[in-house]
Amino acid sequence: MMLLTAHLPILQVILPLIAAPLCVLLRGPRLAWGLSVLASWGCFAIAIALLRQVLAEGSVSYALGGWAAPWGIEYRVDVVNAFVLLIVSGISSVVLSGARAGIEAEVAKDRIELLYTCWLLCLAGFLGIAVTGDTFNVFVFLEISAISSYALIALSGRRRALIASFRYLIMGTVGATFIVIGVGLLYMVTGTLNMADIGARLPAVAESRTVAAAFAFLTVGIGLKMALFPLHLWLPNAYTYAPAPVTAFFAGTATKVAVYLLLRFTFTIFGADYAFATVAMEWILLPLAVLGIFSASLVAIFQLDVKRLLAWSSIAQIGYMVLGISLVSVTGLTASTLHLFNHALIKSALFMTMACVFYRIGSTQLADFAGLGRRMPWTMAAFVVGGLSLIGIPLTVGFVSKWYLILALLERGWWPLSVFVVLSSLLAVMYVWRVVEMAYLQPATSNAKPCEAPASILIPTWALVLANLYFGIDSSLTVGIAQRAAESLLGVSS
Amino acid sequence: MAALLIPLAGAVLLPLVGRWPNVREALTLLCASLLFFCVATLTPAVLAGARPEWVLWEFFPGLQLAFRLEPLGMIFALVASFLWIITSIYAIGYMRGNQELKQTRFYVCFALALAATIGIAFAGNLLTLFIFYEALTLSTYPLVAHKENAEARAGGHTYLGVLLSTSIAFLLLAILWTWSATRTLDFRVGGILAGSVHGPMIGLLLALYVFGVGKAALMPFHRWLPAAMVAPTPVSALLHAVAVVKAGVFTVVKVVVYIFGVDLLKGEPSADWLLYVAAATILIASMVALRQDNLKRRLAYSTVSQLAYITLATAILAPLSLVGAALHIAAHAFGKITLFFAAGSIYTAAHKTKVSELDGIGQRMPWTMGAFAIGSLSMIGVPPTVGFVSKWYILQGALSAGQLFAVLVIFASTLLSAAYYLPVIYVAFFRKPATRGDQSGHGEAPWPMVLALVLTAAGTMLLFSLLGLPLDLAKGLVGA
Repeated sequence: MMLLTAHLPILQVILPLIAAPLCVLLRGPRLAWGLSVLASWGCFAIAIALLRQVLAEGSVSYALGGWAAPWGIEYRVDVVNAFVLLIVSGISSVVLSGARAGIEAEVAKDRIELLYTCWLLCLAGFLGIAVTGDTFNVFVFLEISAISSYALIALSGRRRALIASFRYLIMGTVGATFIVIGVGLLYMVTGTLNMADIGARLPAVAESRTVAAAFAFLTVGIGLKMALFPLHLWLPNAYTYAPAPVTAFFAGTATKVAVYLLLRFTFTIFGADYAFATVAMEWILLPLAVLGIFSASLVAIFQLDVKRLLAWSSIAQIGYMVLGISLVSVTGLTASTLHLFNHALIKSALFMTMACVFYRIGSTQLADFAGLGRRMPWTMAAFVVGGLSLIGIPLTVGFVSKWYLILALLERGWWPLSVFVVLSSLLAVMYVWRVVEMAYLQPATSNAKPCEAPASILIPTWALVLANLYFGIDSSLTVGIAQRAAESLLGVSS
Repeated sequence: MAALLIPLAGAVLLPLVGRWPNVREALTLLCASLLFFCVATLTPAVLAGARPEWVLWEFFPGLQLAFRLEPLGMIFALVASFLWIITSIYAIGYMRGNQELKQTRFYVCFALALAATIGIAFAGNLLTLFIFYEALTLSTYPLVAHKENAEARAGGHTYLGVLLSTSIAFLLLAILWTWSATRTLDFRVGGILAGSVHGPMIGLLLALYVFGVGKAALMPFHRWLPAAMVAPTPVSALLHAVAVVKAGVFTVVKVVVYIFGVDLLKGEPSADWLLYVAAATILIASMVALRQDNLKRRLAYSTVSQLAYITLATAILAPLSLVGAALHIAAHAFGKITLFFAAGSIYTAAHKTKVSELDGIGQRMPWTMGAFAIGSLSMIGVPPTVGFVSKWYILQGALSAGQLFAVLVIFASTLLSAAYYLPVIYVAFFRKPATRGDQSGHGEAPWPMVLALVLTAAGTMLLFSLLGLPLDLAKGLVGA
């Protein structure tokens, strides 16, 4: 047992990586699904164990293959990435558990095993990005996750999914290239790839133009990956045309991991002093966040496809996280980290309801939602709760995020922005309520019968919805972790 | 503290028995009676000066979900829970008489709304209050949009739009401002803001609070109230004459007394605007009410104006006027619910909604119109109705504070409300029915409705003579 706990960081990545090819070997979609669900829950268990370990003992360092840190690859887990690992593996497990029916309905029969393989590879990539303490290793896992996610989107079988996937591929590759250029430049000036090591050596060479160039390349590259406005154009189509369970998985993980990367590079590697005092990054991030929140919410209001509407809302929500980061304060980073977790719960729950709807209706067009409140009462109730959480009504997680974000803004004395945040959540009311009204107040077009989604999708959906309520009511756990994460990023001890 | 759980339990159980209407309605009545009993048993302790507290759990570090009983909340909870019993009786008659659809949903949302109301009444800090405030908005939305036609959808739109956006945009911001300035949100005697917020900022924060509480229907955020009149009449009666709107003014009074503190506001000229906005709302809403032909809309504008009375009384900041404000919460509730009951019973029996169609209806529906007359008198403020008492206290407070302006406004609005209520009574009793032949002989509304409106009309008179309890509670508010 001692032996196993010592190797948790690497097990976190190895487990899905080994399970992925096994999925292809196992003939039969059910078996592959079963295996990947097991693997994913295993990852979740490891993530919980890691988080407990980190909370109790401080950060964990793991030398890959026994090679010591600056030369070998180091996996380093502190509160920040332990939290991200928990989010990613948790969302993946719950969504995957409810994905079987939806995927069998949407994906061609002979490719289902491939989808689960890609899913696990993608999961391994996300977890790898989060767990590693080596910048080049980040790039490797980034590519693993990206390439498998292009395949996941394309597997939907719809023709437009191919275009969406291709577009994502182009943008994603540009992003990855930028990141690898940035990492290369950093290697050039510091001679090391280890994050902590770079962090220690950078202040000596901080004045050089090479470092500034590295910083720019990395920020833009990560910005592309996390769909930061105006680099978000790949996201709406990718989310809309991917199989519905895959969208639910991405919504809770892909952009979150990218936000984590931004946090890691900005605060651990470059350091808050360099990023915000020398380069004044808040004046880049802040306007982009504000513009992103506003324009994406506005676009969301006019969408005719609910999945696309939620995708645009995701872009706006990324803006909230970036806004919190650009405040460079403990409360601001707490708000961002909290929202990372909370938004993963919100959006995954909402996209799971989309999976329910698509499974029964075969469409997520707003017009087809007419009368769904009667026909799929449990699904739509889940949507309403998720929607309220997205708006930020008290007793949901969305409220907790908003509370801390506005508090952080007030602490900095940025009045107009706090007004802006509350106003922008009114836009969320508008786009959520369009769907609610359509579902509950518009009579169904034909004499349609009740067609509640099967329990296999509904139970995971409701698990996410209840998590939305639970963490909205008792936020002490998440707030506590987020606060510690923020403190460790800023290097302040409480 | 079972008070909060009773309506909640009702909301859970109601859908289970939704198939049997008799059981469902018996359950509603049972919940309502139990709730009132529960609230009533709490009253003596509060009167004796106890302030029982109940902390549920910590919401944010240092900020709990907590309940704390105090006199004003007691008045509000007593009125709301008592009138829920009567409204339930009335609703049974109304919903069956008009063969409304989806009655189970109706009763469930009603119970939820009551739970939220009790939560507001007993809230121990601003955050708890805010949570139940939003819950009240959301649980009443399905009631407003109950008919599910285009008009109901539009009404629901306005309702949700105004209430949700004001609360999120202003109220939440004001609460966060208070929290970041003082690190507490508790309701304390004497207020918590003194020393943390200065100068014109006080006026600004007050504006955020008062306009943030859209439920208080202060102009220009009053539009949701007439829009909500598309709801079935029992909803208009209990929620939009008692629970929802009173939750609004209740919050305003609480914020002024327990968050700002009367003394802080008295010394701050930038907070004076509240008096004038309230006065303007009283007068403008009264004049709009004059021009409404639709009876329920006329009542709605009258509500806007009467709510502004309470805000005005609070803004005068004199102890006596605060007593008047607290009393007026009860007085207006009884009077206005009677009027709405009457409007609903006219609609059920005669299918009429306009004042101009009511010629001679007093002869066919003597009980209904008799009650309507009593309710109107209470609105105008004529003894022996309870409306007179609350107005008396507000006037005394205004005089003691030397607010001649407020006194003038109250007199003017008394005349105006006489001008829009008396004609209704006049046409109902003293004008002959316009067309005799085609009137198929309708009589009174179903007996549960008549019973309910007679009870509330009697209540307005009884409260006048049995004023002791509410008066003691109201005095507890100002610590007199």
